Amino acid sequence: MHSSLHALIDESVTIIREVAAEFERPVMLFSGGKDSVVMLHLAARAFDPARIPFPVMHIDTGHNFPEVIEFRDRCVADLGVQLIVGSVQASIDAGRVADATGPRASRNPLQTVTLLDSIAEHRFDAVFGGARRDEERARAKERVYSHRDSFGQWDPKNQRPELWGIYNGRHKPGEHFRIFPLSNWTELDIWTFIAEHHIDLPSIYFAHKRPVFLRDGMWMAVTDFLQPEAGEEVVDKMVRFRTVGDATCTAAIESVAVAVDDIIAETAVARVTERGATRADDRMSEAGMEDRKRTGYF
Amino acid sequence: MERLRFATVGSVDDGKSTLIGRLLYDSKSIFEDQLEHIESVSKRRGDDYVDLSLLTDGLRAEREQGITIDVAYRYFATPKRSFIIADCPGHIQYTRNMITGASNVDLAIVLVDARTGVVEQTRRHSLLVSLLGVPHLVICVNKMDLVDYSQARFDEIREEFETFASRLELQDVTFLPISALAGDNVVSRSTSMNWFEGPTLLHHLENVYTASDENRIDTRFPVQYVIRPQRAEFPDYRGYAGRVAGGMLRVGDDVMVMPSGLTSTIVGIDSPHGPRQEAGPGQAVTLLLADDLSITRGDMICRPNNRPRSSQELEAMLCWMDNSAPLQPGKIYTIKHTTKVARTKINQVLYRLNISNLHRETGVNALTMNEIGRVTLHTTSPLFFDDYHQNRTTGCFIIVDEDTGQTAAAGMLLSPRT
Repeated sequence: MHSSLHALIDESVTIIREVAAEFERPVMLFSGGKDSVVMLHLAARAFDPARIPFPVMHIDTGHNFPEVIEFRDRCVADLGVQLIVGSVQASIDAGRVADATGPRASRNPLQTVTLLDSIAEHRFDAVFGGARRDEERARAKERVYSHRDSFGQWDPKNQRPELWGIYNGRHKPGEHFRIFPLSNWTELDIWTFIAEHHIDLPSIYFAHKRPVFLRDGMWMAVTDFLQPEAGEEVVDKMVRFRTVGDATCTAAIESVAVAVDDIIAETAVARVTERGATRADDRMSEAGMEDRKRTGYF
Repeated sequence: MERLRFATVGSVDDGKSTLIGRLLYDSKSIFEDQLEHIESVSKRRGDDYVDLSLLTDGLRAEREQGITIDVAYRYFATPKRSFIIADCPGHIQYTRNMITGASNVDLAIVLVDARTGVVEQTRRHSLLVSLLGVPHLVICVNKMDLVDYSQARFDEIREEFETFASRLELQDVTFLPISALAGDNVVSRSTSMNWFEGPTLLHHLENVYTASDENRIDTRFPVQYVIRPQRAEFPDYRGYAGRVAGGMLRVGDDVMVMPSGLTSTIVGIDSPHGPRQEAGPGQAVTLLLADDLSITRGDMICRPNNRPRSSQELEAMLCWMDNSAPLQPGKIYTIKHTTKVARTKINQVLYRLNISNLHRETGVNALTMNEIGRVTLHTTSPLFFDDYHQNRTTGCFIIVDEDTGQTAAAGMLLSPRT
């Protein structure tokens, strides 16, 4: 039987092949987060037994969980793909952006500049992202092929119609497309795929004990880049991360799920969305994601 | 678990967003942070009740205007099926976005206000659903609570719709009396309409029979990508990757490649799920053939005794979608059909379809944004296609404006009129 997950895989593989066939210089964003891990595995299957015919790119804020970087490097070595790192630190050093300062500083918004600079530098015309429509309201509106003008801007009120399975990637020099092969996947689909195919993930996705403190109702990990303020008490807790992003704005949740099956069980009964639970960046305003996407964010 | 894609068409006034909110809420698919968010926004705006439309209207402009502008996708699952909702705008100026959302769904829900009955918008939406060949239509007669749950009113609307719909090509129409606001017949059975013996909306969505909607007879495989590994372990591997557009492909089958007309035999089928013996509609596979033929992207693999039509002269229903330029007969556009790209001129507009009353308006030579007409086209190379009503995948195409890159039109191929 053609199950729901099989249908999603077939749809994603078709999109990935279509881009490889029609664009000159595609690249796949790869952070080591679970969605980009699944996307990379699908790319490997799309071209098997040939290698993935495009490089992957990580936009690195420099504020990483070390487990994730180690995992990233191992993954690209296993699949034999080229890794390009766009460094936010390099953008800061070059004066392209000012580093965020202050106790609540996060480099998350700065990634947009580095991302757009890296796309221009390598003349990429198609950039695969692992975003899903179930993550957030603005993303629920996005096309699979999402046009970006020469400023990297998204125009949500004037998106190209996208019908059947026919995609229009026509663009002018300097413009590019963001491609979202996982558009129709839900968080549970991602975890089901990971379980069924025994996909390896960074260890921080699984429950472990680490020092955390409570900020705005979210458990933040103590790292070199994020320290508690006065009055924020550090405690050791069993936690896991539902999303993996910049260490300064990604929160953990209390969990005892040490294996994928435990996580699926927790996800199936979760009453809070993953971004709502753990992403400080999405809580900033009602249209936080829409505003960031308009200017070129992932 | 099976997946059902369905579209909801209508505007906020019809209670469409309330209906979706009700489906999500009663099937426990709304998360607490989403609910808290819309509660706080509703409160801040001084609304008397929680506005469930805030769940689906995701863009700032939509929330400001209280309308749906573009398609939003929502996901939920029950133990029986998983669902993708394409929540489509109903206003006439966003027709192209509605078509985007409804182009590849299994089922469409059109809402009718029980007080006003079948109105111009109902007719327009049903026509588009019929043109797009959506296999199943559900007419939800909503706000039954405001007509005292009257069976007579429901029957009246049903007759009104059936009179109009007899001129459309609708395959399967279901009528349901509901109240999205009160929750009658959405997820739970209504206790106020014991006269109605049909299913609830959710029960219908869970059980509607879709297995026969795909064309499993006429084998069609548009070649998308040729896989030739530059790796020592696979010196002779040459696979033709693509997504099955119709029929079944089995190891051992004789196949023919268009346009060359050369034949071969399938010796293997690879897929993202591993090697397999057969593949059917929608599946992404890689075909291995017995002979070393010259096959490229845009070619079509079929059976020697069951081929698609092949022609440079086409006839189609065309929905114009470009707000920057109208259709210009004689202008050269790019046409995308399955995995093939060619160039095309639109020769003639045979008629424009009045999408409110179905009248065929002749004597027009252009189509503007959101207009639909029957046209003839000429392409630079032959397309391999089927009538849209035989096969949605090999019967559809898009037209791209080469100057702006915009998707200018969507077309559905038809047999020439006799």
